[in-house]
Amino acid sequence: MSDLKELSWQGLWKNNPALVQLLGLCPLLAVSGTVINGLGLGLATTLVLLGSNISVSLLRAFIPNEIRIPVFVMIIASLVTSVQLLMNAFAYELYLALGIFIPLIVTNCAIIGRAEAYASKNSVLPSAIDGLMMGVGFTLVLVALGALREVLGQGTLLEGAEQLFGPVAADWTIQLYQLDHNFLVALLPPGAFLLMGLIIAIKNIIDEQAKARKLRHQPKPVIERARVSGKAQ
Amino acid sequence: MNPVAKNGILLCGFASVCTGLVTLTFIKTKPTIEAAELKNRYATLSQVIPDELHDNSLVTSCIQVQDDHLLGSQEPHQAYVATLNNKPSAIAIETIAPNGYSGQIDLIVGIKLDGAVTGVRIVNHKETPGLGDKIEKRKSDWVDAFIGTQVRDPKDPVWAVKKDGGRFDQFTGATITPRAVVTAVKNTVLFYQANQSALFAQAYGCGETNDE
Repeated sequence: MSDLKELSWQGLWKNNPALVQLLGLCPLLAVSGTVINGLGLGLATTLVLLGSNISVSLLRAFIPNEIRIPVFVMIIASLVTSVQLLMNAFAYELYLALGIFIPLIVTNCAIIGRAEAYASKNSVLPSAIDGLMMGVGFTLVLVALGALREVLGQGTLLEGAEQLFGPVAADWTIQLYQLDHNFLVALLPPGAFLLMGLIIAIKNIIDEQAKARKLRHQPKPVIERARVSGKAQ
Repeated sequence: MNPVAKNGILLCGFASVCTGLVTLTFIKTKPTIEAAELKNRYATLSQVIPDELHDNSLVTSCIQVQDDHLLGSQEPHQAYVATLNNKPSAIAIETIAPNGYSGQIDLIVGIKLDGAVTGVRIVNHKETPGLGDKIEKRKSDWVDAFIGTQVRDPKDPVWAVKKDGGRFDQFTGATITPRAVVTAVKNTVLFYQANQSALFAQAYGCGETNDE
Protein backbone atom coordinates (compact mmCIF):
# COMPACT_ATOMS: atom_id res chain seq x y z
CA MET A 1 0.00 0.00 0.00
CA SER A 2 2.84 2.38 0.76
CA ASP A 3 3.99 1.75 -2.80
CA LEU A 4 0.74 3.23 -4.04
CA LYS A 5 1.12 6.12 -1.61
CA GLU A 6 4.63 6.75 -2.96
CA LEU A 7 3.20 6.54 -6.49
CA SER A 8 0.57 9.11 -5.64
CA TRP A 9 3.09 11.45 -4.07
CA GLN A 10 5.23 11.16 -7.18
CA GLY A 11 2.38 12.19 -9.44
CA LEU A 12 1.11 14.97 -7.23
CA TRP A 13 4.37 16.60 -6.15
CA LYS A 14 7.77 14.99 -6.55
CA ASN A 15 7.41 14.23 -10.25
CA ASN A 16 4.51 16.50 -11.16
CA PRO A 17 4.12 16.45 -14.96
CA ALA A 18 3.73 20.21 -15.25
CA LEU A 19 6.04 21.53 -12.54
CA VAL A 20 8.86 18.99 -12.57
CA GLN A 21 8.72 17.04 -15.82
CA LEU A 22 7.58 20.23 -17.64
CA LEU A 23 5.40 18.24 -20.01
CA GLY A 24 2.11 19.29 -21.59
CA LEU A 25 2.92 23.00 -21.36
CA CYS A 26 1.15 23.95 -24.60
CA PRO A 27 -2.39 23.22 -23.41
CA LEU A 28 -1.41 24.27 -19.89
CA LEU A 29 -0.51 27.80 -20.92
CA ALA A 30 -3.20 28.26 -23.53
CA VAL A 31 -6.20 27.03 -21.60
CA SER A 32 -5.50 28.03 -17.99
CA GLY A 33 -7.12 31.44 -18.28
CA THR A 34 -9.91 30.58 -15.88
CA VAL A 35 -10.36 28.01 -13.14
CA ILE A 36 -13.19 26.25 -15.00
CA ASN A 37 -11.28 26.00 -18.30
CA GLY A 38 -8.26 24.61 -16.45
CA LEU A 39 -10.43 22.18 -14.50
CA GLY A 40 -12.22 21.04 -17.66
CA LEU A 41 -9.04 20.36 -19.61
CA GLY A 42 -7.44 18.76 -16.55
CA LEU A 43 -10.33 16.35 -16.14
CA ALA A 44 -10.26 15.43 -19.84
CA THR A 45 -6.49 14.86 -19.67
CA THR A 46 -6.82 12.77 -16.49
CA LEU A 47 -9.47 10.62 -18.16
CA VAL A 48 -7.18 10.03 -21.13
CA LEU A 49 -4.15 9.33 -18.88
CA LEU A 50 -6.14 6.82 -16.85
CA GLY A 51 -7.51 5.09 -19.95
CA SER A 52 -4.20 5.02 -21.79
CA ASN A 53 -2.19 3.75 -18.80
CA ILE A 54 -4.72 0.97 -18.15
CA SER A 55 -4.89 -0.03 -21.83
CA VAL A 56 -1.13 -0.04 -22.29
CA SER A 57 -0.63 -1.98 -19.08
CA LEU A 58 -3.26 -4.57 -20.00
CA LEU A 59 -1.82 -5.03 -23.49
CA ARG A 60 1.86 -4.79 -22.63
CA ALA A 61 2.44 -8.50 -23.18
CA PHE A 62 1.15 -8.25 -26.73
CA ILE A 63 3.01 -5.15 -27.85
CA PRO A 64 6.40 -6.01 -29.38
CA ASN A 65 9.15 -3.57 -28.45
CA GLU A 66 9.80 -2.48 -32.03
CA ILE A 67 6.31 -1.20 -32.67
CA ARG A 68 5.47 0.04 -29.19
CA ILE A 69 5.52 3.76 -30.03
CA PRO A 70 3.05 3.57 -32.96
CA VAL A 71 0.78 1.38 -30.86
CA PHE A 72 0.89 3.81 -27.91
CA VAL A 73 0.11 6.69 -30.26
CA MET A 74 -2.84 4.77 -31.74
CA ILE A 75 -4.27 3.95 -28.33
CA ILE A 76 -3.90 7.54 -27.10
CA ALA A 77 -5.33 9.02 -30.31
CA SER A 78 -8.41 6.77 -30.18
CA LEU A 79 -8.97 7.63 -26.53
CA VAL A 80 -8.68 11.36 -27.18
CA THR A 81 -11.05 11.15 -30.16
CA SER A 82 -13.57 9.27 -28.03
CA VAL A 83 -13.24 11.83 -25.22
CA GLN A 84 -13.74 14.62 -27.76
CA LEU A 85 -16.90 13.00 -29.14
CA LEU A 86 -18.24 12.44 -25.63
CA MET A 87 -17.58 16.06 -24.67
CA ASN A 88 -19.19 17.25 -27.90
CA ALA A 89 -22.29 15.25 -26.99
CA PHE A 90 -22.52 15.73 -23.20
CA ALA A 91 -20.56 18.88 -22.30
CA TYR A 92 -21.21 21.06 -25.34
CA GLU A 93 -20.56 24.48 -23.75
CA LEU A 94 -17.25 23.35 -22.29
CA TYR A 95 -16.40 21.67 -25.60
CA LEU A 96 -16.89 25.00 -27.37
CA ALA A 97 -14.86 26.85 -24.74
CA LEU A 98 -11.90 24.46 -24.89
CA GLY A 99 -12.17 24.18 -28.67
CA ILE A 100 -9.11 22.89 -30.41
CA PHE A 101 -7.28 22.04 -27.17
CA ILE A 102 -9.29 18.88 -26.65
CA PRO A 103 -7.87 17.05 -29.67
CA LEU A 104 -4.50 18.60 -28.80
CA ILE A 105 -4.45 16.44 -25.64
CA VAL A 106 -2.95 13.86 -28.00
CA THR A 107 0.22 15.94 -28.20
CA ASN A 108 0.55 16.16 -24.41
CA CYS A 109 3.89 14.43 -23.90
CA ALA A 110 2.94 13.50 -20.37
CA ILE A 111 0.57 10.86 -21.68
CA ILE A 112 2.92 8.99 -24.00
CA GLY A 113 5.66 9.66 -21.42
CA ARG A 114 3.81 7.72 -18.72
CA ALA A 115 2.84 4.97 -21.16
CA GLU A 116 6.48 4.47 -22.07
CA ALA A 117 8.06 5.04 -18.67
CA TYR A 118 5.59 3.27 -16.45
CA ALA A 119 2.52 1.57 -17.88
CA SER A 120 4.43 -0.59 -20.35
CA LYS A 121 6.51 -2.00 -17.49
CA ASN A 122 4.06 -2.38 -14.62
CA SER A 123 0.82 -4.14 -13.86
CA VAL A 124 -2.61 -2.65 -14.17
CA LEU A 125 -3.38 -1.32 -10.69
CA PRO A 126 -0.12 0.62 -10.19
CA SER A 127 -0.38 1.91 -13.77
CA ALA A 128 -3.92 3.07 -13.16
CA ILE A 129 -2.91 4.85 -9.96
CA ASP A 130 0.10 6.40 -11.71
CA GLY A 131 -2.08 7.64 -14.56
CA LEU A 132 -4.71 8.96 -12.18
CA MET A 133 -2.23 10.74 -9.94
CA MET A 134 -0.24 12.26 -12.78
CA GLY A 135 -3.53 13.51 -14.18
CA VAL A 136 -4.63 14.91 -10.84
CA GLY A 137 -1.24 16.58 -10.37
CA PHE A 138 -1.55 18.16 -13.80
CA THR A 139 -5.12 19.25 -13.04
CA LEU A 140 -4.08 20.85 -9.75
CA VAL A 141 -1.49 22.95 -11.56
CA LEU A 142 -4.07 23.88 -14.21
CA VAL A 143 -6.51 24.95 -11.50
CA ALA A 144 -3.87 26.87 -9.51
CA LEU A 145 -2.64 28.70 -12.61
CA GLY A 146 -6.22 29.22 -13.75
CA ALA A 147 -7.15 30.76 -10.41
CA LEU A 148 -4.12 33.10 -10.44
CA ARG A 149 -4.75 34.22 -14.00
CA GLU A 150 -8.48 34.63 -13.52
CA VAL A 151 -8.12 36.66 -10.32
CA LEU A 152 -5.34 38.86 -11.69
CA GLY A 153 -6.78 39.19 -15.17
CA GLN A 154 -10.54 39.41 -14.61
CA GLY A 155 -11.03 39.75 -10.88
CA THR A 156 -13.32 36.72 -10.76
CA LEU A 157 -13.17 33.08 -9.75
CA LEU A 158 -15.20 30.18 -11.11
CA GLU A 159 -16.54 32.14 -14.06
CA GLY A 160 -18.24 29.78 -16.49
CA ALA A 161 -18.93 27.12 -13.85
CA GLU A 162 -22.17 26.18 -15.61
CA GLN A 163 -20.11 24.81 -18.53
CA LEU A 164 -18.83 22.07 -16.25
CA PHE A 165 -21.45 21.65 -13.52
CA GLY A 166 -24.65 22.45 -15.36
CA PRO A 167 -27.17 25.27 -14.99
CA VAL A 168 -27.22 24.94 -11.20
CA ALA A 169 -23.76 26.53 -11.16
CA ALA A 170 -24.72 29.58 -13.20
CA ASP A 171 -24.21 31.99 -10.30
CA TRP A 172 -21.17 30.44 -8.66
CA THR A 173 -18.96 33.21 -10.02
CA ILE A 174 -17.11 34.96 -7.22
CA GLN A 175 -16.36 38.56 -8.12
CA LEU A 176 -13.36 39.54 -6.06
CA TYR A 177 -13.05 43.03 -7.44
CA GLN A 178 -14.24 45.05 -10.41
CA LEU A 179 -11.92 46.04 -13.21
CA ASP A 180 -12.44 48.72 -15.80
CA HIS A 181 -9.91 47.06 -18.05
CA ASN A 182 -8.77 43.48 -17.82
CA PHE A 183 -5.15 42.99 -16.77
CA LEU A 184 -4.28 41.68 -20.19
CA VAL A 185 -0.86 40.20 -19.42
CA ALA A 186 -2.33 37.70 -17.00
CA LEU A 187 -4.89 36.58 -19.57
CA LEU A 188 -2.43 36.07 -22.45
CA PRO A 189 0.17 33.28 -22.83
CA PRO A 190 3.22 35.41 -21.85
CA GLY A 191 1.61 36.10 -18.51
CA ALA A 192 0.87 32.41 -18.16
CA PHE A 193 4.56 31.64 -18.73
CA LEU A 194 5.60 34.15 -16.10
CA LEU A 195 3.11 32.94 -13.51
CA MET A 196 4.06 29.34 -14.28
CA GLY A 197 7.70 30.15 -13.61
CA LEU A 198 6.62 31.73 -10.34
CA ILE A 199 4.73 28.60 -9.29
CA ILE A 200 7.72 26.38 -10.13
CA ALA A 201 9.97 28.70 -8.12
CA ILE A 202 7.62 28.55 -5.12
CA LYS A 203 7.52 24.75 -5.33
CA ASN A 204 11.31 24.61 -5.40
CA ILE A 205 11.54 26.95 -2.39
CA ILE A 206 9.13 24.71 -0.46
CA ASP A 207 11.20 21.66 -1.38
CA GLU A 208 14.46 23.37 -0.32
CA GLN A 209 13.01 24.44 3.01
CA ALA A 210 11.63 20.97 3.67
CA LYS A 211 15.06 19.50 2.94
CA ALA A 212 16.78 22.04 5.18
CA ARG A 213 14.34 21.35 8.00
CA LYS A 214 14.97 17.62 7.67
CA LEU A 215 18.74 18.10 7.82
CA ARG A 216 18.49 20.32 10.90
CA HIS A 217 16.59 17.67 12.81
CA GLN A 218 18.90 14.83 11.93
CA PRO A 219 21.61 14.10 14.54
CA LYS A 220 25.00 15.21 13.34
CA PRO A 221 26.74 12.11 11.95
CA VAL A 222 29.55 11.00 14.23
CA ILE A 223 32.83 11.17 12.36
CA GLU A 224 35.03 8.23 13.17
CA ARG A 225 38.68 9.20 13.24
CA ALA A 226 40.79 6.60 11.52
CA ARG A 227 44.18 6.00 13.01
CA VAL A 228 46.64 5.33 10.23
CA SER A 229 49.91 5.66 12.13
CA GLY A 230 51.31 5.38 15.62
CA LYS A 231 49.84 3.65 18.58
CA ALA A 232 46.59 4.71 20.21
CA GLN A 233 47.40 6.47 23.51
CA MET B 1 6.96 -16.07 -39.17
CA ASN B 2 9.11 -13.24 -40.41
CA PRO B 3 9.19 -10.70 -37.50
CA VAL B 4 8.48 -7.77 -39.79
CA ALA B 5 5.38 -9.52 -41.10
CA LYS B 6 4.32 -10.38 -37.55
CA ASN B 7 4.73 -6.76 -36.43
CA GLY B 8 2.86 -5.58 -39.51
CA ILE B 9 -0.08 -7.85 -38.75
CA LEU B 10 -0.10 -6.79 -35.09
CA LEU B 11 -0.11 -3.12 -36.10
CA CYS B 12 -3.02 -3.79 -38.46
CA GLY B 13 -4.83 -5.55 -35.64
CA PHE B 14 -4.34 -2.67 -33.22
CA ALA B 15 -5.35 -0.15 -35.87
CA SER B 16 -8.57 -2.04 -36.60
CA VAL B 17 -9.55 -2.31 -32.95
CA CYS B 18 -8.80 1.36 -32.26
CA THR B 19 -10.69 2.51 -35.36
CA GLY B 20 -13.59 0.24 -34.42
CA LEU B 21 -13.79 1.77 -30.95
CA VAL B 22 -13.78 5.31 -32.29
CA THR B 23 -16.43 4.41 -34.88
CA LEU B 24 -18.64 2.92 -32.17
CA THR B 25 -18.34 6.06 -30.03
CA PHE B 26 -19.07 8.20 -33.08
CA ILE B 27 -22.24 6.29 -33.93
CA LYS B 28 -23.47 6.29 -30.35
CA THR B 29 -22.92 10.04 -29.83
CA LYS B 30 -24.06 11.25 -33.27
CA PRO B 31 -27.73 11.96 -32.36
CA THR B 32 -26.81 13.77 -29.15
CA ILE B 33 -24.20 15.86 -30.94
CA GLU B 34 -26.64 16.81 -33.70
CA ALA B 35 -29.23 17.83 -31.12
CA ALA B 36 -26.68 19.95 -29.22
CA GLU B 37 -25.53 21.69 -32.40
CA LEU B 38 -29.09 22.39 -33.47
CA LYS B 39 -29.83 23.88 -30.05
CA ASN B 40 -26.74 26.07 -30.40
CA ARG B 41 -27.86 27.20 -33.85
CA TYR B 42 -31.29 28.18 -32.52
CA ALA B 43 -29.69 30.04 -29.62
CA THR B 44 -27.70 32.18 -32.03
CA LEU B 45 -30.90 33.11 -33.88
CA SER B 46 -32.09 35.24 -30.98
CA GLN B 47 -28.66 36.86 -30.88
CA VAL B 48 -28.77 38.07 -34.48
CA ILE B 49 -32.35 39.34 -34.38
CA PRO B 50 -33.10 41.42 -31.28
CA ASP B 51 -36.25 40.52 -29.32
CA GLU B 52 -37.96 43.84 -29.93
CA LEU B 53 -38.00 43.18 -33.69
CA HIS B 54 -40.19 40.09 -33.58
CA ASP B 55 -42.98 38.40 -31.66
CA ASN B 56 -42.97 35.04 -33.41
CA SER B 57 -40.97 31.89 -32.85
CA LEU B 58 -37.96 32.17 -35.17
CA VAL B 59 -37.23 28.47 -35.05
CA THR B 60 -40.58 27.44 -36.51
CA SER B 61 -40.61 30.20 -39.15
CA CYS B 62 -38.05 28.52 -41.32
CA ILE B 63 -37.76 28.78 -45.09
CA GLN B 64 -35.30 27.31 -47.55
CA VAL B 65 -33.28 29.65 -49.71
CA GLN B 66 -30.81 29.04 -52.48
CA ASP B 67 -28.51 31.08 -54.66
CA ASP B 68 -25.81 30.11 -57.09
CA HIS B 69 -23.30 32.75 -55.99
CA LEU B 70 -24.23 34.84 -53.01
CA LEU B 71 -24.69 32.31 -50.20
CA GLY B 72 -21.31 30.60 -50.42
CA SER B 73 -22.61 27.29 -51.70
CA GLN B 74 -25.22 26.21 -54.21
CA GLU B 75 -27.10 23.98 -51.80
CA PRO B 76 -30.26 25.12 -50.06
CA HIS B 77 -29.74 27.11 -46.85
CA GLN B 78 -32.14 27.73 -44.00
CA ALA B 79 -33.45 31.19 -43.27
CA TYR B 80 -35.71 32.22 -40.39
CA VAL B 81 -38.36 34.90 -40.87
CA ALA B 82 -39.08 37.32 -38.03
CA THR B 83 -42.54 38.88 -37.89
CA LEU B 84 -44.19 41.57 -35.78
CA ASN B 85 -47.99 41.36 -35.70
CA ASN B 86 -47.75 38.88 -38.58
CA LYS B 87 -45.90 41.37 -40.77
CA PRO B 88 -42.33 40.47 -41.75
CA SER B 89 -39.80 42.57 -39.85
CA ALA B 90 -36.47 40.80 -40.30
CA ILE B 91 -34.81 37.64 -41.53
CA ALA B 92 -31.87 35.55 -40.36
CA ILE B 93 -30.07 33.77 -43.18
CA GLU B 94 -27.60 30.92 -42.72
CA THR B 95 -24.74 31.50 -45.10
CA ILE B 96 -21.23 30.29 -45.83
CA ALA B 97 -17.91 32.07 -46.32
CA PRO B 98 -16.18 29.58 -48.57
CA ASN B 99 -12.76 31.25 -48.55
CA GLY B 100 -11.76 31.20 -44.90
CA TYR B 101 -8.12 30.51 -44.06
CA SER B 102 -8.75 26.88 -43.11
CA GLY B 103 -11.86 26.14 -45.12
CA GLN B 104 -15.44 27.29 -45.03
CA ILE B 105 -16.94 29.36 -42.24
CA ASP B 106 -20.64 28.92 -41.37
CA LEU B 107 -22.42 32.05 -40.20
CA ILE B 108 -25.89 33.51 -39.62
CA VAL B 109 -26.70 37.06 -40.72
CA GLY B 110 -29.69 38.96 -39.37
CA ILE B 111 -31.15 41.61 -41.69
CA LYS B 112 -33.90 44.14 -41.00
CA LEU B 113 -36.62 45.06 -43.48
CA ASP B 114 -34.66 48.08 -44.75
CA GLY B 115 -31.59 45.95 -45.47
CA ALA B 116 -29.58 46.98 -42.41
CA VAL B 117 -27.70 44.21 -40.65
CA THR B 118 -29.01 43.44 -37.14
CA GLY B 119 -26.34 40.95 -36.13
CA VAL B 120 -23.88 38.35 -37.33
CA ARG B 121 -22.82 35.18 -35.55
CA ILE B 122 -20.25 32.59 -36.57
CA VAL B 123 -21.69 29.12 -36.13
CA ASN B 124 -18.82 26.93 -37.26
CA HIS B 125 -15.25 27.50 -38.33
CA LYS B 126 -11.78 26.00 -38.37
CA GLU B 127 -9.77 29.22 -38.24
CA THR B 128 -6.55 29.53 -36.27
CA PRO B 129 -7.06 29.80 -32.50
CA GLY B 130 -5.80 33.12 -31.18
CA LEU B 131 -5.65 34.67 -34.65
CA GLY B 132 -8.64 34.05 -36.94
CA ASP B 133 -10.95 32.86 -34.19
CA LYS B 134 -11.57 36.48 -33.11
CA ILE B 135 -14.56 36.35 -35.48
CA GLU B 136 -16.28 34.37 -32.73
CA LYS B 137 -18.42 36.47 -30.43
CA ARG B 138 -17.08 34.66 -27.37
CA LYS B 139 -13.51 35.65 -28.31
CA SER B 140 -14.03 39.29 -29.28
CA ASP B 141 -16.70 41.84 -30.19
CA TRP B 142 -15.37 42.28 -33.74
CA VAL B 143 -18.51 40.76 -35.21
CA ASP B 144 -20.62 43.58 -33.71
CA ALA B 145 -19.05 45.98 -36.21
CA PHE B 146 -21.63 44.77 -38.73
CA ILE B 147 -24.65 45.95 -36.73
CA GLY B 148 -26.50 48.75 -38.47
CA THR B 149 -24.44 48.57 -41.67
CA GLN B 150 -25.97 48.83 -45.12
CA VAL B 151 -24.76 47.72 -48.54
CA ARG B 152 -25.22 50.51 -51.08
CA ASP B 153 -24.32 48.48 -54.17
CA PRO B 154 -22.40 45.35 -55.16
CA LYS B 155 -19.17 47.34 -55.48
CA ASP B 156 -19.61 49.33 -52.26
CA PRO B 157 -15.98 50.05 -51.32
CA VAL B 158 -16.52 50.29 -47.57
CA TRP B 159 -17.36 46.57 -47.48
CA ALA B 160 -13.78 45.41 -47.15
CA VAL B 161 -11.14 45.18 -44.45
CA LYS B 162 -9.20 48.38 -43.73
CA LYS B 163 -6.17 47.00 -45.54
CA ASP B 164 -8.29 46.80 -48.71
CA GLY B 165 -9.67 50.30 -48.27
CA GLY B 166 -12.82 49.38 -46.40
CA ARG B 167 -14.10 50.15 -42.93
CA PHE B 168 -13.77 46.81 -41.14
CA ASP B 169 -10.78 46.03 -38.92
CA GLN B 170 -8.60 43.12 -39.83
CA PHE B 171 -6.76 41.16 -37.13
CA THR B 172 -3.03 41.47 -36.60
CA GLY B 173 -1.62 38.36 -38.22
CA ALA B 174 -4.93 37.28 -39.78
CA THR B 175 -6.39 39.13 -42.76
CA ILE B 176 -7.90 36.28 -44.77
CA THR B 177 -10.40 35.30 -42.09
CA PRO B 178 -12.05 38.72 -41.54
CA ARG B 179 -11.92 39.37 -45.29
CA ALA B 180 -13.87 36.17 -45.94
CA VAL B 181 -16.49 37.03 -43.32
CA VAL B 182 -16.92 40.62 -44.57
CA THR B 183 -17.45 39.34 -48.11
CA ALA B 184 -19.94 36.72 -46.97
CA VAL B 185 -22.01 39.24 -44.98
CA LYS B 186 -22.02 41.68 -47.90
CA ASN B 187 -23.14 38.94 -50.31
CA THR B 188 -25.90 37.85 -47.96
CA VAL B 189 -27.26 41.40 -47.77
CA LEU B 190 -27.08 41.63 -51.58
CA PHE B 191 -29.01 38.34 -51.81
CA TYR B 192 -31.62 39.76 -49.45
CA GLN B 193 -31.95 42.98 -51.45
CA ALA B 194 -32.41 41.02 -54.70
CA ASN B 195 -34.99 38.60 -53.31
CA GLN B 196 -36.75 40.53 -50.57
CA SER B 197 -40.36 40.16 -51.69
CA ALA B 198 -39.94 36.53 -52.73
CA LEU B 199 -38.40 35.64 -49.38
CA PHE B 200 -41.23 37.06 -47.30
CA ALA B 201 -43.89 35.52 -49.57
CA GLN B 202 -42.44 32.04 -49.22
CA ALA B 203 -44.33 29.40 -47.25
CA TYR B 204 -42.64 28.03 -44.13
CA GLY B 205 -41.08 24.59 -44.33
CA CYS B 206 -37.57 23.34 -44.01
CA GLY B 207 -37.93 19.59 -44.27
CA GLU B 208 -36.41 17.66 -41.37
CA THR B 209 -35.42 20.71 -39.40
CA ASN B 210 -38.96 21.47 -38.38
CA ASP B 211 -38.80 20.84 -34.67
CA GLU B 212 -39.96 17.40 -33.65
